[in-house]
Amino acid sequence: MLLLTCPHCGVAAEETEFAAGGEAHLKRQGPGSDDADFAAYLFDRRNPRGVHFERWRHAYGCGKWFHVARDTATLEVFGAYPAQTSAPPEPLVAAIRARRPDWRGWS
Amino acid sequence: MRRYSVFAIAREALRHHAGWDRAWRAPAPKPSYQVVVVGAGGHGLATAYYLARNHGIRDVAVLEKGWLGGGNTGRNTTIIRSNYLQPPSTAIFEKARGLYETLSQELNFNIMFSPRGVLMLAQTEHELRAWKRTAQANRLAGIESEMVSPTRIKELVPPINLDGPRYPVLGGLWQPRGGTARHDAVAWGYARAASNLGVDIIENCEVIGIDRDEAGVTGVRTSRGVIATRKLCIVVAGSSTVLADMAGFRLPVESLALQALVSEPVKPAIDCVIMANTVHGYISQSDKGEMVIGGGADAFNNYTQRGSFQHVEETLRALIETFPMLSRLKMLRQWGGIVDMTGDRSPIIGPTPVPGIFINCGWGTGGFKAIPGSGWATAEMLARGAPGDLAAPFGLERFREGRMIDESVAAAVAH
Repeated sequence: MLLLTCPHCGVAAEETEFAAGGEAHLKRQGPGSDDADFAAYLFDRRNPRGVHFERWRHAYGCGKWFHVARDTATLEVFGAYPAQTSAPPEPLVAAIRARRPDWRGWS
Repeated sequence: MRRYSVFAIAREALRHHAGWDRAWRAPAPKPSYQVVVVGAGGHGLATAYYLARNHGIRDVAVLEKGWLGGGNTGRNTTIIRSNYLQPPSTAIFEKARGLYETLSQELNFNIMFSPRGVLMLAQTEHELRAWKRTAQANRLAGIESEMVSPTRIKELVPPINLDGPRYPVLGGLWQPRGGTARHDAVAWGYARAASNLGVDIIENCEVIGIDRDEAGVTGVRTSRGVIATRKLCIVVAGSSTVLADMAGFRLPVESLALQALVSEPVKPAIDCVIMANTVHGYISQSDKGEMVIGGGADAFNNYTQRGSFQHVEETLRALIETFPMLSRLKMLRQWGGIVDMTGDRSPIIGPTPVPGIFINCGWGTGGFKAIPGSGWATAEMLARGAPGDLAAPFGLERFREGRMIDESVAAAVAH
């Protein structure tokens, strides 16, 4: 079971208090994009075995969306940050790199 | 290969069982093969077997990171049924169910196919309507399935509680020739038969890289050396994305943990398979007497082959309403597997963007029942270089074309 901390209200709770929302930082494809890009945006997922960034919602708490950095092979949680961003914060990326020197980066 | 028979058992009984051979050979990898299949689970082994048997292609290697059948093939709840909604699904799942009927004889290995009947409960008005539609679709597809009343359900499953309170049983979809089989035996039987036809099954051989040139795939790098091939088939379920990354293409697949559990063994009480999709639980009783119980998948990406405690609680809490007798049983053990989920809950069988590399994945939570049909269709695709009728609708291009084979609504969770 995951233990997550909501970066909005600061509450630390078990995963049952949260709802998983899938991969974070997807680049939206709008009008004018070609079929392949649009299909990739809709369906293709990074699905890494290792460091992963994903969306969660504090469903039974403050109700707000946020992002979590987590290792899918060990379930280690590296940290959480608010969803109003298009990239993980630098200090978090540096902390993950220190923990996982062979990680190839988030993008 | 020495055939298994009642005479073989009698002969060995008279000489202290000293004459049994290995079921399959354990060869060292050759430098090159005509076809390399990655993943010695049920689907990979069935693919290799039908390549040799149906198409005469015997220069085949099946590479396995761990031990044979140690992934989802050995972790599922062994349910076999074909009462799906969409025509491409019914075609491949019914092909598989039909092959299961005679698989023990075909492989000369007792896979313990038990067509004890599969009952899918309707516990809401919406589900009742969905199953009626499925029953009609099955009728059109030539699959034997029918709607049954609560009275008939009580006859089929005496311990069931029909009256709710939250989820009363309103009816059910009954497939009398669905059932179960011994999952390990399916892998072992295909491995033995394929090995006998000349297929090399190489265990403890992890693929760590895929080599390619402009013309396509040239081989794989493994923990036991480089193996050259011009035809590679990736059949690795939950690890599909990891292999696709090595080859340099992306997949519409996410890996999630799905778990199951069994109770202590008790005397025979339930003699068919029951699926309760509304409450995310399904149950059957094994020949040993254990209640085999499956639940829903975790909602987040996970490669750990571990279940979550709260899903055990959720599944049992819901099932106890429908089967009050379960409340007195102790649960014996619990395990997880990594399932590869696609957006439309249908599998992917087809060529990939890299010439020479084919993929069979995306079976999600329901791959075991499809093993013979999936292997049949994948072998046909590898032999011809292009998918045949069974596999054609399941190609990767369906996502770009918006041509989904939508079983997510039809099958909800217990798929």
